[in-house]
Amino acid sequence: MSVARALVAGRWVAVWRRNYLVWRKLAAVSIAGNIIDPLFYLLGFGLGFATMIPEVEGVKYIAFLAGGTICYTTMLAASFEALYSGFARMHVQRTWEGILAAPVGLEDVVLAEWIWAASKSLLSGTAILLVAIALGLSQSWTMAFIVPLALLIGLAFAGMGLVMTALAKSYDFFTYWFTLVLTPQMLLCGVFFPTSGLPGWVQAVASALPLTHAIALGRPLFLGQWPEAALLHAGVLVAYGLAGFAIALALFRRRLLA
Amino acid sequence: MDGVLEAKGVRKSYDGREVVAGIDLALAKGECYGLLGPNGAGKTTTLRMLLGLTAPDAGTISLLGHPVPQAAREGRIRVGVVPQMDNLDPDFTVAENLLVYGRYFGIPAREVRARLPRLLEFAALETRGESRIQALSGGMKRRLVLARALVNDPDLIFLDEPTTGLDPQARHLMWERLRLLLRQGKTILLTTHFMDEAERLCDRLAIIDHGRMLAEGAPHALIAEHIEPEVVEVYGEGVEDWYAAQARRLAVRAELHGETAFCYLRDAAPVVANLKDHPRLRFLHRRANLEDLFLKLTGREMRE
Repeated sequence: MSVARALVAGRWVAVWRRNYLVWRKLAAVSIAGNIIDPLFYLLGFGLGFATMIPEVEGVKYIAFLAGGTICYTTMLAASFEALYSGFARMHVQRTWEGILAAPVGLEDVVLAEWIWAASKSLLSGTAILLVAIALGLSQSWTMAFIVPLALLIGLAFAGMGLVMTALAKSYDFFTYWFTLVLTPQMLLCGVFFPTSGLPGWVQAVASALPLTHAIALGRPLFLGQWPEAALLHAGVLVAYGLAGFAIALALFRRRLLA
Repeated sequence: MDGVLEAKGVRKSYDGREVVAGIDLALAKGECYGLLGPNGAGKTTTLRMLLGLTAPDAGTISLLGHPVPQAAREGRIRVGVVPQMDNLDPDFTVAENLLVYGRYFGIPAREVRARLPRLLEFAALETRGESRIQALSGGMKRRLVLARALVNDPDLIFLDEPTTGLDPQARHLMWERLRLLLRQGKTILLTTHFMDEAERLCDRLAIIDHGRMLAEGAPHALIAEHIEPEVVEVYGEGVEDWYAAQARRLAVRAELHGETAFCYLRDAAPVVANLKDHPRLRFLHRRANLEDLFLKLTGREMRE
């Protein structure tokens, strides 16, 4: 498979590193944002709703919320990177064009973007986890698994996001993805409330969406439980990521190398 | 195929329209080869195919001995590319652009850092290593793109319209640098629509239009082969009447375009003598050049 070959060949590393070096220049701002944003979010929503909803599924509302928020934030981190920043590098700044004139293939560039966007998820997932620990929301060792999970969620959403990037004519196009795909997942997949109370058909739709599976893993891990059917949920995320990557690569090939 | 770059019968169509309709070329080591053509002639598509960035519909290409597109990546290891539009990394400084670009060739940053002073000197950017890209002039950016194309010490350099949009000073500096590279034994393939650029730099050139090669050879040999050696351009009030009555009688070949009559001749003396009787007309007597050849082969209608 071309992903595996490109991964082993390692030419993607130089491209990943280019993105990392740019990020490093503004790292302080970026990390501060990664910490402050979820902090306000958790404190605001968590403490605010806690007055009305003391407990959900046997845990404090703020702890329930934190498990969902970690997954939701990592989803957004990868999506923003794959869509807006990826489009800037591919189209606006023509960075990819420069790279492709070197002995680097398009599969190496797209693989690097995919892993880089997931790296941003890893970073933001870790940051919010540290915030949650600092707030004393959970102390369970199973939380450690959230770090690799953040990378996996990142790969799933970055893979799908790159498909949008490959199709985009301008930044405006991405509004569709955020409003029609990501926002509904935030509302339907159990970030703020358990999906068990939703109508059956909504639950059926939600069960096909990747954020549902991310939260099915992330929330129990955060609360110190081992998730049920963990392999199934992880498999769904892997499938979304790989399918997205494969479709995106084919579309980029048609767009850039025709 | 052991040449620097060889292409045979290369073709490419988009949506049924043939953009490149059979290109054959072979570059010898150390030569400067030019692709001349009006906008939309197929120059950039040809370059992309030679680099393996676009797959040809037909034909064979060998880039530094590697079959393209199958082994284009191996071929590009020893190739430098200056694209038509600058694509420097705006998030990096001048020096960082070179260091990061070297990594795409697998060259460690310390190795590029050791060569950095020479690369910056070549680009006449010695003092600008820490500058941001946005702070550079158009000519500086162009020279940095050229220095970036040299980061892997290539044998073959592709330049797509290297001086388009530059002022005369910046163009001359660019030409000087390209001649320096040729003296070092590098091979250059460039596209241009500036005739003086092609005439100055190219050992051989091909004029292409509608994806076809119309003529190929050394600039002066091509001019001698296709165009009468002397040209008189006549313009001013009453040029149309003069053209109708005199030009076609006196010149081997004459054309009226807009407000100028072009007379092509072996000996301009009779036309110049005749013009003394028409004091309201003004004229320019010159040797035939590449532009005359270009216009003869590609026509004078506007291309958009």
